[in-house]
Amino acid sequence: MADYEVPEVKEYAVVPMPKDDVMKHLNPFVAKPEFQEALNYVGKKEQPDPKEMPKYVLVDGWHDKAIDKMGDLLGKYRSLQVFMDSCVKCGACTDKCHYFLGTQDAKNMPVARQDLLRSVYRRYFTFAGKYFPKLVGAKDLTEEVVDDWYSYFHQCSECRRCAVFCPYGIDTAEVTMAAREIMAHIGKGQKYSNEIIGKVFTIGNNLGLPEKALANVLEGLEEDVEYDIEVPVKFPLDQKGADILLVTPSADFFAEPHIDGLIGYAKVFHATNTSWTLSSVASEAANFGLFIGSYENMQRISMRIREAALQLGVKRIVYGECGHAWRVGYSFLNTLAGPFDFLDQNYPIPQHICEFTLDKLEKGELNIDKSRNDEMTLTFHDSCNVARASGMGNKPGGQFEIPRAVIKAVCNNFVDMEQDTIHDATFCCGGGGGLLTDDLMELRVKGILPRATALKNVVEEGGVTHMAAICAICKSQFTKVLPYYGFTMDQIVSVHQLVSNAIILEGQVDPED
Amino acid sequence: MSTLIAVLLSLATLFMLGGLIRKARQYRATPAPLKIPVTPAPKTTGGVVVRMAKEVILFASLFRSSKWTWIFGWIFHVSLALAFVRHLRYIIDPDGMFGFMMPVIGSWLVQTGGKYAVFGMVFGLAGLLARRFLVARVRYISAPSDYLMLILILAIAISGFVMSFISHVDIVGVKMFMLGILSFDLQALPEGTALVVHLLLVAVLGFVLPISKLLHIPGVFYAPTRNQVDNPREKRHIADWAKPLDETRGNYPELQPAPEAAEETKA
Repeated sequence: MADYEVPEVKEYAVVPMPKDDVMKHLNPFVAKPEFQEALNYVGKKEQPDPKEMPKYVLVDGWHDKAIDKMGDLLGKYRSLQVFMDSCVKCGACTDKCHYFLGTQDAKNMPVARQDLLRSVYRRYFTFAGKYFPKLVGAKDLTEEVVDDWYSYFHQCSECRRCAVFCPYGIDTAEVTMAAREIMAHIGKGQKYSNEIIGKVFTIGNNLGLPEKALANVLEGLEEDVEYDIEVPVKFPLDQKGADILLVTPSADFFAEPHIDGLIGYAKVFHATNTSWTLSSVASEAANFGLFIGSYENMQRISMRIREAALQLGVKRIVYGECGHAWRVGYSFLNTLAGPFDFLDQNYPIPQHICEFTLDKLEKGELNIDKSRNDEMTLTFHDSCNVARASGMGNKPGGQFEIPRAVIKAVCNNFVDMEQDTIHDATFCCGGGGGLLTDDLMELRVKGILPRATALKNVVEEGGVTHMAAICAICKSQFTKVLPYYGFTMDQIVSVHQLVSNAIILEGQVDPED
Repeated sequence: MSTLIAVLLSLATLFMLGGLIRKARQYRATPAPLKIPVTPAPKTTGGVVVRMAKEVILFASLFRSSKWTWIFGWIFHVSLALAFVRHLRYIIDPDGMFGFMMPVIGSWLVQTGGKYAVFGMVFGLAGLLARRFLVARVRYISAPSDYLMLILILAIAISGFVMSFISHVDIVGVKMFMLGILSFDLQALPEGTALVVHLLLVAVLGFVLPISKLLHIPGVFYAPTRNQVDNPREKRHIADWAKPLDETRGNYPELQPAPEAAEETKA
């Protein structure tokens, strides 16, 4: 049983007093050397007593290697260099992080988290820090500092909420990514993210679902859907010459409610006679290279999508519901794996499934019966990476309007949560940025507090019964952690699950109740 | 004393300008390899100019985050800007190349407004200082330099206030002194303790500025999170250091065709 308390949901979000070291003990498992090396990082194993568990420790010469890496990143990323210098400690960000609000730990205030790296930057890279360290809060890099880095840079979900409110646009996500990249270069890579990236390279997706298993899952899905509604909705895999390559998070292949979203995409494609395919090479939209701040690994993962598109000869790429995947897709794919001059230039490259579906809804190509969702009253959780790090459509803010427009087109009852918890002020689900792992459960439970508070209010005052999301991580985190706060797993739904409920396909026969 | 202050002011000015230019060039030279504007972000350069202007002139994001910090911070900065422009009359020769600015600098808004701006500065600085002591979260993140910086500027403002409202100095003499420095023809500094204190502290500020958090002055313009156009799908963005990776990115083993497929291609 957990040895921590689940925070109490109050009527309004309360800004707690900062407390020292509440969460210092919590850090994720360290990646084994072989997983580190697969990603071009280093690692060192220590096991003096073979009967005891091995320890994964800092490599020899870690101190200088860390400082060198920091210097390297400062020269490669303007964001890091500028953000290290321009913070004035105004405190605007101090009450904005869901992990601070949920844990009270002072080092979970964004500026305090950044300062873990900034104090070392000042000591080794600035005049004031070299000669007057105490005055400006500069610190030597010691093993204790690295321990703090490892704890607190794995208590940031890189959700960018602090960046929205910072007068200088300082984005803690950039600082966290740099810190994780430095740690990976001295033997402190995170097991969860790095093993998953390894699986993508060797097997093709985060879940390690091989091609044959994937084919079986899709076949099973076809049978299930046909059994349900007597329409042969296809889930094609590796179909050469298809128009659209759908890249979706691998959680969509088996997790609830993700899989209901996948069925929704397939029904939309079926209803609009769209030729589409999944790919066993690009069987993963997620890109954990983002979480660890690694341009190279992010590029290597992204290249699978380019490769699949080329091999299959598709004309378009569409992304399924996944938050940070959409950040990488929308903001970085063209940079990392472009140019995509071989695709149809009349469509956005890549396109989001919500953009695709809304277009079809607006053109009236889908037969929708909204009343089929009448037993639900919906609210929508803006996923952080969609809200603050990407876009949809061709107007700023399309990422807020388009998913809501899809929901409202297929549901009669919709209520938004409070203004300061949605759109670009949305709270992270508490499990993003490479933290969706059981070894960080305490953080995930506490970090969901601001979202749980907003949800509770809208349930009590707006009669909301379900919350929709367009992110695999959000859906997994919510279904697992919201029950700690008295909600049930099935209150979390995929947006395309709602589409799937409301759509009526030609020849559809509904099961009798 | 005149010589010492003249030398210190000159060195401080050179150090400040040199330091700021060095930093701005460093920021400019460091690439932003990925598109990372905090969205929703403008899709055009014109839109970015508007976004930046709102940040730099109105502190729009700070207004959203914390009303008290915004009130103190914005009033301080606007007052400082006014006081700064007012001070330009000491270094501008009406017959020189910047003489055309005199009508603006001599205007009622700048001269009278700038005179009373000291109250705005003191109000804003006192508020910001009080926050550092009173708000536990802000106290936690404050280093000694964060307090000292506010106290330094507060002392500059108060010594200026003393000269404007209590113990007047010979401002014509001050102008002669400043123009003397600029034309390498040193003149005597008029009498006045407040004046000496004021100028010495300004020199200290000049030295501190490019090696401290006052680098937020160039920094605010260079944050990729705010100054990038949101058009990654339309336009490929790539940094110089990432270009060579484009050449090698297809070489990863898992991206090579499977052995059978390779055989087929051969046949």
